[in-house]
Amino acid sequence: MKKPAVLDVDAILDDQGTRIIVCCGAGGVGKTTTAAALGLRAAERGRCAVVLTVDPARRLAQSMGLTELDNTPRLISSPEGGGQLFAMMLDMKRTFDEIIEAHADPERARQILSNPFYQSLSSSFAGTQEYMAMEKLGQLRRSDEWDLIIVDTPPSRSALDFLDAPERLGRFLDGRFIRLLTAPAKAGGRSAFRLLNAGFGLMAGAMTKLLGAQVIKDLQTFVSALDAVFGGFRQRAEMTYRLLQAPGTAFVVVATPERDAMREASYFVERLAEERMPLAGLVVNRVHEPTAAALSAARSAAAAEDLESRGEHELTAAVLRLHTGRMQLAAREHRERDHFSSAHPTVPVVQVSAMSEDVHDLAGLRRIGELLANT
Amino acid sequence: MDSRDTDWDGVRLHVVTGKGGTGKTTVAAALALALASGGRKVLLVEVEGRQGIAQIFDLPPLPYEERRIAVAPSGGDVYALAIDPEEAMLEYMEMFYGMRRAGRALTKMGIVDFATTVAPGFRDVLVTGKTTEAVRRRGKNGKRIYDAVVLDAPPTGRISRFLNVTQEVAGLARVGPIKNHSDLVSKVVKSPETAVHFITLLEEMPVQETLDGIAELRSAGLPPGGIFINMVRESLLPQAALDSAVKGRFDVAELTLGLKAAGLSDGASSTAEALAEEVAEHARRTVLERAERASLAQETLPSYELPLLTDGVDLAGLYELAEAIRTQGAA
Repeated sequence: MKKPAVLDVDAILDDQGTRIIVCCGAGGVGKTTTAAALGLRAAERGRCAVVLTVDPARRLAQSMGLTELDNTPRLISSPEGGGQLFAMMLDMKRTFDEIIEAHADPERARQILSNPFYQSLSSSFAGTQEYMAMEKLGQLRRSDEWDLIIVDTPPSRSALDFLDAPERLGRFLDGRFIRLLTAPAKAGGRSAFRLLNAGFGLMAGAMTKLLGAQVIKDLQTFVSALDAVFGGFRQRAEMTYRLLQAPGTAFVVVATPERDAMREASYFVERLAEERMPLAGLVVNRVHEPTAAALSAARSAAAAEDLESRGEHELTAAVLRLHTGRMQLAAREHRERDHFSSAHPTVPVVQVSAMSEDVHDLAGLRRIGELLANT
Repeated sequence: MDSRDTDWDGVRLHVVTGKGGTGKTTVAAALALALASGGRKVLLVEVEGRQGIAQIFDLPPLPYEERRIAVAPSGGDVYALAIDPEEAMLEYMEMFYGMRRAGRALTKMGIVDFATTVAPGFRDVLVTGKTTEAVRRRGKNGKRIYDAVVLDAPPTGRISRFLNVTQEVAGLARVGPIKNHSDLVSKVVKSPETAVHFITLLEEMPVQETLDGIAELRSAGLPPGGIFINMVRESLLPQAALDSAVKGRFDVAELTLGLKAAGLSDGASSTAEALAEEVAEHARRTVLERAERASLAQETLPSYELPLLTDGVDLAGLYELAEAIRTQGAA
């Protein structure tokens, strides 16, 4: 099989035209660490970078010196050469509140912020987090204070969710159902009901039974208040979406060399192509590479068996068994990568070796950055 | 119910959670097989629309329907159900209100999209509602249909919210049908018939998330079940050898002799150097794993270890894990 092209991370980081890097992939593959490592490397190569992370593990946040969740980029490091690294953790609710406060008059904003549906929407995990991450990304990009933004996608149930979230939320707020809920208020409650009589009557009845009258009332208040604020909610979502399609954006798909994660990566690559999003390549994280790779699994196993049958050199036999297992694991990981590359031969790939410890500090992130850049 | 003298006798709903990448779905499937063995009937439920069960059992995507997918060791059946919130909602409306047609109308209007977007609490109530219904369901003879239900639940970071449905919808519906429904769900989830198991690896982040998840669960008034340590690598080397490897004092000369004795004479000493490097890395890993194991032990919850399947997870591997779960008394 032809070897896939190597993902040239430094070329992407050094290209001043690269303004946004999106790290995506299944949960638990090391997206956040990759994003942080890319950010540090970019800063050390002279760029003014900000890492926007959504839900970092505590220790990783600490490794970057992030302790507060205050929705503001904090300076992490100013390496020699003029570059800078900033990082921020997304505060989903705060971001949402700020949008409301910016777009509604104080009275209306208060109404919305205290509505139970708003509280549920703004602090829940599904959908909103993805949307707010994209919203924040848009804000950071428009502020133009950083020449490179690296964003880590939310830990969605599926890595594809964040692409759909803006559209889903937009569609939902512009949707027929919302219009039905807001219609009576807008049209003085008469004409809209007459127009939609049959359908709405049936629905309103069903909804009241299902949810209870108070819920419907809260919902209606919420939706009409929000509707007034978000006249162009869908427009906003589309703007963010177009921002992602722009040539200054680079998607980096992260996976571990395991079946599930690679399958998810495959999906993602296909999906990005469908959406015409610019894919930079695949990072295969936590690859196991035995140092004694010249000794094959088969020979190692045979030698171990030989020693064991003779009852000699017990320790050597155990070391050979250990090596056999490592070679088998490496072979399996190799198969997963080959599988991906035969399905997606044009996608550049870079491998990052497994480290025996998690990242605790900037030195650890720097090491990951070196591995990412193949140096 | 027949008593099997396991750690979870009397538990009918096994909720399985874990950080992404820890093998949550795999362990849930193996647990279902283990619980079903010996002629019992177990339902394996998935809720996140990922079709993970179908993939593990090498089946086409599962519909919203309980169907038999596997036979357990020494008899017993595993059924599977992929819950789709939309279908669950239609079923719910029909069951409680006889309103299937209205339900369809709601779906067309996008209300389910709406409910899941605006208030994921609703979605969770529908999903947990369907699951607890399967737990409570009885046949004509008055006996429960399923001996146990295994729920492949959302990841650790979301589990407390997911299970604490009453709390989640309380702000939205103080009275009314949704409230009543969520109360019913909550009664099952908080009863001794339910156990929430955590799947982890012996690595820093999954262990930290497990400990955080357990604490969060406790503060929500939900008692944690067991800890399943997944992908455990057996230690092949004696402790003394590991200790010296960590200190960089592994006996390379002895290893070289051993390699020569095994017929690997060509470049034996450089091979030995390279192998010693692998041993040192393995030893460092072992030290870390020991520390992680100790942190988990602070919780004093029943804990089980499942081996790393070197050939990857296939059906045979699943049965191997089920066997490990059985012999350690988890099922």
